[in-house]
Amino acid sequence: MRTSNRRWASRVYLRALSLVDFRSYPSLDLTLTPGVVVLRGANGEGKTNLVEAIRFAGTQDSHRVASTAPLVRDGADRAVIRVVVVREDREARVELELTPGKATRARINGGPLPRAREALGLLRTVLFAPEDLALVKGDPAERRGFLDDLLVARAPRYAGVRADYERVLRQRATLLKSAGSAGRVARRGGDLGTLDVWDGHLARFGSELLVARLELVEALRPLVDKAYAAVAGTGPGVALSYRSTVAGSRREEVAEAMRAEMTRLRVAEVERGVCLVGPHRDDLLLSLGPLPARGYASQGESWSLALALRLASYELLRGDGGEPVLLLDDVFAELDSTRRRRLAELVASAEQVILTAAVGADVPRFDAVAAHDVAAGTVRRVN
Amino acid sequence: MYEGAVQDLIDELGRLPGVGPKSAQRIAFHLLAANPADVRRLVDALTQVKEKVRFCRVCGNVAEAEECRICRDPRRDQASICVVEESKDVVAIEKTREFRGRYHVLGGAISPIEGIGPDDLRIRELLARLQDGAVTEVILATDPNLEGEATATYLARLLGPLRLRVTRLASGLPVGGDLEYADEVTLGRAFEGRRLLEA
Ligand SMILES: Nc1ncnc2c1ncn2[C@@H]1O[C@H](COP(=O)(O)OP(=O)(O)O)[C@@H](O)[C@H]1O
Ligand SMILES: [Mg+2]
Ligand SMILES: [Zn+2]
Repeated sequence: MRTSNRRWASRVYLRALSLVDFRSYPSLDLTLTPGVVVLRGANGEGKTNLVEAIRFAGTQDSHRVASTAPLVRDGADRAVIRVVVVREDREARVELELTPGKATRARINGGPLPRAREALGLLRTVLFAPEDLALVKGDPAERRGFLDDLLVARAPRYAGVRADYERVLRQRATLLKSAGSAGRVARRGGDLGTLDVWDGHLARFGSELLVARLELVEALRPLVDKAYAAVAGTGPGVALSYRSTVAGSRREEVAEAMRAEMTRLRVAEVERGVCLVGPHRDDLLLSLGPLPARGYASQGESWSLALALRLASYELLRGDGGEPVLLLDDVFAELDSTRRRRLAELVASAEQVILTAAVGADVPRFDAVAAHDVAAGTVRRVN
Repeated sequence: MYEGAVQDLIDELGRLPGVGPKSAQRIAFHLLAANPADVRRLVDALTQVKEKVRFCRVCGNVAEAEECRICRDPRRDQASICVVEESKDVVAIEKTREFRGRYHVLGGAISPIEGIGPDDLRIRELLARLQDGAVTEVILATDPNLEGEATATYLARLLGPLRLRVTRLASGLPVGGDLEYADEVTLGRAFEGRRLLEA
């Protein structure tokens, strides 16, 4: 991944990871080095748990589960993830405390933050995992999540926009549902009296999210095409297009279009009790040559495309300044030997890449690696 | 699960805001071990609060008489009303000493998820207070979060046709927050910098 962006990026890597009662780890203290870090172990020994913890330290969510409960070791009340991030020559210690049913608490260099959200962006990661095949083959929700996660990684304030939008959606859908059922039973006055207010809120946050996604897709387009060619060799070009329920590309325009569309669909929305307008209904369409990837691409092509999306994200974040940490969970096993070799070449130049592999699985040779064995809740450096 | 009375106590404590099952259990066993006089004082305080404390018939704030201390105070400016969600917000605003008018406590914010619509809030009572024209300014000081904003927008539209100055606290309050937790200086500034709302 040697690009002109490289010289703008500042040097960032993870120097240490400590866990208390996270997943299968009662306690762990791991020292990490820049360059290639390999975590090897039999299945079920806790490799993905480590990757998940590192990702969580950056994004404050898991790529495997929606709530924090499964992240806390069985029998424990709460989990702690602590990382030391080195940026240029300065170190930041980020500590997150996860308690099921409660908001995550964050400290930076020991000082508590009023909101954990403020620690977003200190550690940026790009994770590629077997689950990512769903980016190509799965529902639109997978691709919306991909875009929104990347938006937040680039500009943490979008975490707030996204959360607000989701909350307005829930409020408005609840109101539509209750209005719908009240209509059938006995219409209570004023039930829909506040719908206008929620329409306004939905248009405000929805337009902000939608416009940001459109800009993001523009920025990703050339990077995905390039990454796909690099991974798959020559082949059909990749096309990305954003499909939306509303037209427009500027904030005001989109907000206006959303309001108009909500007015037009009011009856249907009340009848069905769902919000039919807004970025939560959109999709990122991926095609290879003339054909949509979903439903047409081969297994190998789908893998290459999923990988290209992640590598493009990596390039984009790197271009913003501040190298992200690249996490590759069990992915070499999924690729054929040509793609494996190409990926190895690409990642060799990353500031830090942490990859996992099952015992016996082929991992490409790197010039310098820090190799670790993962077994029975311990991680041991072996070279 | 514990037997009878202990489990009942844990269940009741667990229904309180901010108290999870673990804390409920901890408090219950603390009370079991505490000396009877201490527990009696707690029981008295709980009984008193339900017997003595009422809600002001004018503004809805907690009061120990028909009307609260603020509504009874003749020095308070009759021309302006500050609309808040809860009584605790009155306390927070009083601390800033920026506001000399009177309050109106809505009893919450519009939130379909929690089943709260305009009819569940003391909005009719607010409109009644605005009938005689003595009030010339209404300050909407609902929480700076989604539901608070929605309630303020709704009220601004409702009050639009009346001849009133309708204002909203200035931004600068932590977004997504709770008025109660804003520090005095920030809240005081938000008051000073309140802006006119166009319905
Ligand atoms: N909350 C938890 N408490 C205890 N053990 C857990 C928890 N969550 C997952 N595990 C254990 O972690 C193991 C899976 O670890 P994982 O990192 O996915 O393995 P792999 O090395 O194959 O990637 C399983 O044995 C599972 O039982
Ligand atoms: Mg795994
Ligand atoms: Zn009163």
